[in-house]
Amino acid sequence: MNFLKRTVPLVIAFVMGVLMTMQYYIPSRYSQNLLEVVTRWDRIIAGFAVFIGAYSLFHLHWTRIKRRVEGWGYSVFVYFGAIITLIFGCLNGGKFFWSDKQDGTMFDWLYFYVQVPAGATIFSILAFFIASAAYRTFRARTRESTVLLVAAVLVMLGRVPIGNYISHYIPAIADWIMAVPNLAAKRGILLGVSLGAVATSLKIIIGIERSYLGGGD
Amino acid sequence: MRRDTNFFILIGTVGLFVLANIILMAFGKLPFSSDGFGIILGAGITLAIYSFLYQDNPAFKIAENLYVGVSLGYTIIITWFNFLKPDLYEPLIVPLFSSAAEKSPQYALLCPSLLGLFMLLRFSRKLSWLSRWTFAFVVGLGAGISIPRVISAFILQQIKPSLHPVFSGGETFLSSINTLIILLGVISVLIYFIFSVEHKGAIGKMSKIGIWFLMISFGASFGYTVMGRLSLLIGRIQFLLKDWLGILQ
Amino acid sequence: MAVEKYLRIDRRIIFAIITVAVIASLIVKFELPIPASEPVQGIYEKIDSLPQGSRVMISFDYDPSSKEELQPMAIAFLHHCFSKDLKVIGMTHYTGAPGLADLAMNSVAKQYQKTYGEDYVFLGYKPGGASLIINMGENLYTAFPKDFYGKDTATLPALQGVDSLRQINYLFDLAAGTMIETWLVYGKEKYKFEMGAGCTAVMGPDMYPFLQSKQLNGLLGGLKGAAEYEALVNKKANAVSGMRPQSVVHVIIIIFVIFGNVVFFISKRSGVRNA
Repeated sequence: MNFLKRTVPLVIAFVMGVLMTMQYYIPSRYSQNLLEVVTRWDRIIAGFAVFIGAYSLFHLHWTRIKRRVEGWGYSVFVYFGAIITLIFGCLNGGKFFWSDKQDGTMFDWLYFYVQVPAGATIFSILAFFIASAAYRTFRARTRESTVLLVAAVLVMLGRVPIGNYISHYIPAIADWIMAVPNLAAKRGILLGVSLGAVATSLKIIIGIERSYLGGGD
Repeated sequence: MRRDTNFFILIGTVGLFVLANIILMAFGKLPFSSDGFGIILGAGITLAIYSFLYQDNPAFKIAENLYVGVSLGYTIIITWFNFLKPDLYEPLIVPLFSSAAEKSPQYALLCPSLLGLFMLLRFSRKLSWLSRWTFAFVVGLGAGISIPRVISAFILQQIKPSLHPVFSGGETFLSSINTLIILLGVISVLIYFIFSVEHKGAIGKMSKIGIWFLMISFGASFGYTVMGRLSLLIGRIQFLLKDWLGILQ
Repeated sequence: MAVEKYLRIDRRIIFAIITVAVIASLIVKFELPIPASEPVQGIYEKIDSLPQGSRVMISFDYDPSSKEELQPMAIAFLHHCFSKDLKVIGMTHYTGAPGLADLAMNSVAKQYQKTYGEDYVFLGYKPGGASLIINMGENLYTAFPKDFYGKDTATLPALQGVDSLRQINYLFDLAAGTMIETWLVYGKEKYKFEMGAGCTAVMGPDMYPFLQSKQLNGLLGGLKGAAEYEALVNKKANAVSGMRPQSVVHVIIIIFVIFGNVVFFISKRSGVRNA
């Protein structure tokens, strides 16, 4: 049993990893067909992951309702929103879900008038908190934080039209900050992260990195 | 007492919102149609979420949880119409079970379907080990396809412009200086992230320079983050003033 | 300390100031110059230089949470594509995006009397990320056997002559996450199409290495990028009018930062003196 539980997954990862790395360097029709087939399989598997996410969320809120934890009543609205959307999605404007998707149904209405405004608004709240944080905590305490603060102020001014009114130099300085020191730092980070990603991939292929197997035997 | 005050504030606000919508519809600012009611619902949800800025309250929580539910429902339905139906149901399930189907079933799809189903067994106590096969396939494939491509696109192609000759003709003096500054920045930031060597002497000085580059970059990112968050707020207020209240043209 | 009390004000006062500033600068109209920056100009010139009938793919990789920044970009870019009679192919990696992408494509196409299937198509959503891109790079029709509306993609005239990503003349990715990097690594690296991107302002600084290495030929960063593109294609809308509050509130936040620091230094100095 241990063979099926531990050895087989490690072999699958090794074979797939080696095969797909080598595939890149083999420009033959067979190699390209293999790439097409496995990537098609991979995206089909990825589609199933949606249901893991959905199950986890439903389970979380069901547990909250079942155990009557504080604020459980709000979890009912998760179910209410999901069920009503699923019902209208399945009804598909009277053509039902086995037909092609219809436009302008109640399903679309729920998307445009619940999901879109709510999603956009929740993230816009951060504008207020970032303004408040800038006022209360953004301090030039050290030389490094002064550099950060000055760069932030110049970029904030240089990236809006009003910066042009104050001085033509401000947008030019902001452009320089973005295209020279910012670029250098981001490239340094990108190179470091990429080298790390390649190393992790190698560790996965040769079986050193096994966290994807999860816990247990 | 405080609870009562908050309750009355909530009821008063809801009352005002209803009154405002009645007036907007009565004066023709909002159409008496599904779109009109949709805009009212959208405005209500927007205001309910902003009410959190005053203090946490039931209206905010209801809007937040409703959003989670609708998003979840939308994701499932879109996954059905855009993925399950065209990629599995129509090419595999329909030809398997319907004699009227024009095409023969694509049996090769059984393999990824099975692996997909194995993944769902993550929640089973007895069979969760089968999900490891799926994860091994996905992770192994991901590692294999990423190694050569990441080296090419993120390492080689990023090193190339940093090694651009300073004087190869055609550049201005300033652009040559900038090329050198970028090279210095990339090297110093990389050195800063090497933790296996003690940051002393020349390495220490270079990593200090790296910190300065990082600070400028974080400053730029902060500036851009302010800009981004504010843009979202502007968009929502444009919705309220334009689509709902009809004040802006 | 008397001055320190200004730092401890109720944060709701700050919220109110920001709200009033945004509303007032949206209502009070004043002109602000919106010159196009080099990265924005890069995308505009590329689209301008494409011959009629060239195929442009737009990947709508965002959901409602980034809609206010990226939807204006999508609309301005679509105006440019349709006015130049380019064939537009839309798709998305995000489950939350199809509605927004569908709305943007259909509403702009209608203004130019473009026909669905002939002048533009919307392939819809597919999961997979990197694998989807490679699948599209090898065979577009196994990646998307049907479009968003369930039509067989092999029969759509707008896709005639397109077998894979290799036949795409330009790819424009509108991204709220890491999809630009994914397109670069798994798409552009092998299938060699030209690529530009539009991203949220938060991601903007991360894209500069790709601009210098010419992996991206241009970039629209945040609402400012959208406003510049709206001005370039002469379709001034929400992004351009949004530049007024954007400017005003940036100045207010800078004043907040300066004021906070002045108070901080005054209180620090008097603290040292008292000690």
